Amino acid sequence: MHKASVVIIGAGPAGLCAAIEAAKAGAKVLVLDENLKPGGQLFKQIHKFFGSKEHKAGTRGYEIGVELLKEAEVLNIDVWLNTEVCGIDKEKNIWAVRNGKDAVHIAAERIILATGAIENAVAFPGWTLPGVMGAGAAQTMINIHRVLPGKRVVMLGSGNVGVIVSYQLMQAGADVSAIVEASPTLGGYGVHTAKVRRAGVPFYTSHSISKVIGKEKVEAVEIVALDQQWRPINGTKKVLEADTICLAAGLSPLTELAWIAGCQFHYIPELGGHLPIHNRYMETTAAGIYVAGDITGIEEASTAMEEGMLAGINAAASLGFYSQKEKEQLSAIVWDRLDALRCGYFGQKRKTAKERMISVGKKVIG
Amino acid sequence: MIQGALKTTGAPSLEELKKSPAFPRAEDYQIGPIAVIECIEEIPCNPCETSCPKGSISIGKPITNLPRIDFNRCSGCGICVAACPGLAIYIKDYTYSQDEALVTFPYEYIPLPEPGDTVILVNRQGQEICEGLVKKVNSAKAFQQTTLVSVSYPKQHFEEVVNMKRR
Repeated sequence: MHKASVVIIGAGPAGLCAAIEAAKAGAKVLVLDENLKPGGQLFKQIHKFFGSKEHKAGTRGYEIGVELLKEAEVLNIDVWLNTEVCGIDKEKNIWAVRNGKDAVHIAAERIILATGAIENAVAFPGWTLPGVMGAGAAQTMINIHRVLPGKRVVMLGSGNVGVIVSYQLMQAGADVSAIVEASPTLGGYGVHTAKVRRAGVPFYTSHSISKVIGKEKVEAVEIVALDQQWRPINGTKKVLEADTICLAAGLSPLTELAWIAGCQFHYIPELGGHLPIHNRYMETTAAGIYVAGDITGIEEASTAMEEGMLAGINAAASLGFYSQKEKEQLSAIVWDRLDALRCGYFGQKRKTAKERMISVGKKVIG
Repeated sequence: MIQGALKTTGAPSLEELKKSPAFPRAEDYQIGPIAVIECIEEIPCNPCETSCPKGSISIGKPITNLPRIDFNRCSGCGICVAACPGLAIYIKDYTYSQDEALVTFPYEYIPLPEPGDTVILVNRQGQEICEGLVKKVNSAKAFQQTTLVSVSYPKQHFEEVVNMKRR
C-alpha cells in the first residue's frame, strides 16, 4: 500500500495546478494519469490563450504546459503516468492499474478528481467510416503526432473547439471546405470565426450533416438545411467535397470516478449534464474528495487551472497546511480571477450556472 | 443575443465594426500608421492593453470591456498585433505614399512570404481584392511565433483589405 497526503487524478491543467498549490503548501502530492505524457490537452493547444496576465494570456497553451511541468518538477511532485484509476472506496483508498498490468493500492488522505472531459459523438449515416473523427482527435494528430488526417476537412460545430481546430488544420496544411452549424448563429468567439472566414472558409448556419458519401472511407459529405425546429428541409441537400469530417459538438464531463467515490450529483445542462456537487472550496459531498476542471462543468483550460488551484489550496488547508484565515484569503484571490474569466456575453451563462452549483454545494456540504 | 454578420457569416460587417469603440473613423487614418482593432464581442481578454508601450489602448475592469484606443498616442508599432490572442488587430497606414497604403497583419501560416513577394490580399470574407507587395516580414522572438507581414497595396482598396491569402 502506497501513501500520499493528496492524490490528484488527472495531470491536465486543473490537476497540475492543484498539485502545485498543494505541494507549495507542504503536502506530499501524488499525481496519477492514464496517459503516457502529462499535460492533458495543453500540449495540443498551440494558440495563444485569452484572459489577462494572471491567466497567462497571450501565452500558447503548450508553453503553459511546459511551465507547469517545470514548476511540478521543482516541487518534487510525483507523477505516475500510464496509471488508470479503477476504484475509490469510502476510506479514500485508490485502486489503480499501472502500465496496463500492475494493480496498486494507494491510501490517500485527500483526493482531487481532475479527470477532464470527453468529446461528444454525432451519429449520421456513414459516421463510422474512416475519416470521421472528433475535432479534438484531429487536433491531437496534427499538433502532437504531426500527422495530417486529411486534405479537405468539413467541421461540424462552430463553437471555439470547431473554429480553433479548423484554423489549426489550415496551419497544418489542410483545407477546410466548410464549418457546419445546426444553430442559426455561430457559437465560437467572433475573433476566431473572423480568422477562419478571412482565410476563405464558409460557414453554413442552420445546417447539419445528413450523410457521408463513400464506401471504404469519407469521399464527400452531404449537408442539409434545418428549419427553426432543427428539422431537415426537403430539397436543400448539398454535397461538399471532403476526405475528413471533424465533430466539434461539445464535450461531456468524465464523472465516473466521482460516481464510484459516492459523490452526490446535480444536473446542470449548460455545463454538460450531471456533475458532482461542490462548494466554493471545490469540496464534494464525499468527505475529503475535491473536484476541479471540466469534471465540474465544461469550460476552458484557463478556468480549469484556477479551479485546480482552489482545490489544491483547500485540500492542503483541510490537512492543516493553512489556517482558516489563510485559506479564505487565498481562495478569494483565485475567485477574483475566476470571476474575471466568467463575465461578458460568453461567460455570464457559465457564471450563473456555476453559482447555482455553488449554492447547492453550500446547502449540502457547507 | 447578437444576430448580425459576425454571428451568421463569421466576419464582422463594417456597420458592426463602426459601432465598436476602437474602430477608426476616416479622419483617424490621416495621422499615420494606426492600430485597427476588430474586437466587437465582450470576451475576457486584455493583452492589447497591457502590451501597448504607449498606454494608448484601454480596457480596464472588467476585462470583458471592449478596447478603446487613443489614436493620438498610437504610433502603429505593431506590438499589440502580435500580442492579441484573437489575431484581431492590424496596422493600417493611409499616409504611406501618394497612391499606396500599407497594411501590417498577423500571419501564422507556412510558408511565410518574403519581402519583395507579390501576394493576394483579401477582405474579411476571404475574397481576393487586389495584389500587394510584401515590404517587411517580422518574426521577432517577442511576437511568440506570430509573424507580422507588411504589404503595400493600392489606396482605392484601403478599407476592404485585412489580410493576405494563404499560400
